[in-house]
Amino acid sequence: MALNLTIAVASGKGGTGKTTVSANLACAAIEAGHNAAYLDCDVEEPNGHLFLKPRISHIYPVGIPVPVVNEEKCTKCGACGEICQYSAIVKISKTVLTFDNMCHGCGGCSLVCPAGAITEKERPIGVIEEGDAGGVSFIHGRLNIGEAMSPPLIKAVRKAGLHGNLTIVDVPPGTSCPVIAAVRGVDYVLLVTEPTPFGLNDLGLALDMLRELGIPGAVVINRSDPEYNHLAHDFCRERGVQILAEIPDERRVAEAYSVGELAYYAVPGYRKIMQQLLTSVEREAIG
Amino acid sequence: MKVAITSQGKTLESKVDTRFGRAGWFVVIDTNTGDYNAVSNEQNLNAKQGAGIQAAEQVSRQEVSALITGNCGPKAFRTLMAAGIKVYYGTEGTVAEVLEQFHNGTLSEASDANVDSHWV
Repeated sequence: MALNLTIAVASGKGGTGKTTVSANLACAAIEAGHNAAYLDCDVEEPNGHLFLKPRISHIYPVGIPVPVVNEEKCTKCGACGEICQYSAIVKISKTVLTFDNMCHGCGGCSLVCPAGAITEKERPIGVIEEGDAGGVSFIHGRLNIGEAMSPPLIKAVRKAGLHGNLTIVDVPPGTSCPVIAAVRGVDYVLLVTEPTPFGLNDLGLALDMLRELGIPGAVVINRSDPEYNHLAHDFCRERGVQILAEIPDERRVAEAYSVGELAYYAVPGYRKIMQQLLTSVEREAIG
Repeated sequence: MKVAITSQGKTLESKVDTRFGRAGWFVVIDTNTGDYNAVSNEQNLNAKQGAGIQAAEQVSRQEVSALITGNCGPKAFRTLMAAGIKVYYGTEGTVAEVLEQFHNGTLSEASDANVDSHWV
């Protein structure tokens, strides 16, 4: 079946199992004969490689454009500082100061400069590594240590992964700018949650975010537990969101995780859950 | 000359504000005449980033030669230096008291920022 589908795996709360679900889903996709790509957009702490064990074949830097002011051409008009929303460039007294690590790389200052005194240089923020993981096209970003500006790197990872016909995007946790950068433009989002009050509270925030962005999605309950599942079921019914899979809380899954093994191959029953999840996602996303 | 002092309020009796970028007010005093006015820093109190730089810009617009505050980070300090404003650290008491210390020469001119950046 020829697909062209991008699925993001996200969650409000951290540690709910985004990487577990997305890496294992990638295995199911390969077995189903798809040309699958796995994109780890959690660039501050990528960990999908620990499970998919890719052979990296291509590494390249990613940067953002920051301004360089030609003092001789500069007329000290201050237009650059007025347009900048981040205080990354400021005219003070008879000079213009730039603060590279405050700059979001929008290019506004060079556009408004009437003297053509501003050019741009690339400030490196991280690298992208690409390779093959048992048939899965593997791409992840690694943000430089101490770097605060992750969205440009996340966007670059998304752009690098455009060639798969089934692309799975492993999203950082939360609901802020890095998450938006990772999910914007995907076809469908799986929100992984635990059936706990903490998990459900943050799931609610993530659902609000998706509604704001207008992206359809459904819920995957990870570490499902007969004692607590009713909380998740009630919550999803109230919010009018579908549950596409329930992954039981099993010690063997945690054991596989702890040694970097894919539960897909290591834990009986897991393969079937992921195959069914893949089928459900395709059905829902293609509609 | 004109001196700016970070302040929690609008008068000479107000307590000094130890913060620079997110100070409540800047009390600007003309040391020749004794006249003063207070400049609100409200827009920087909730700034996501760059409060120190913006505050330095604002103080610079008051055409002061010196700033007295409690703490100053590296970006604010660099901006103040570019504006040719000397920085003095003084944190005890009211604006009037700190101004007196400045006149008496008990505050020494800062050669560097005294706190770390909040942002990378």
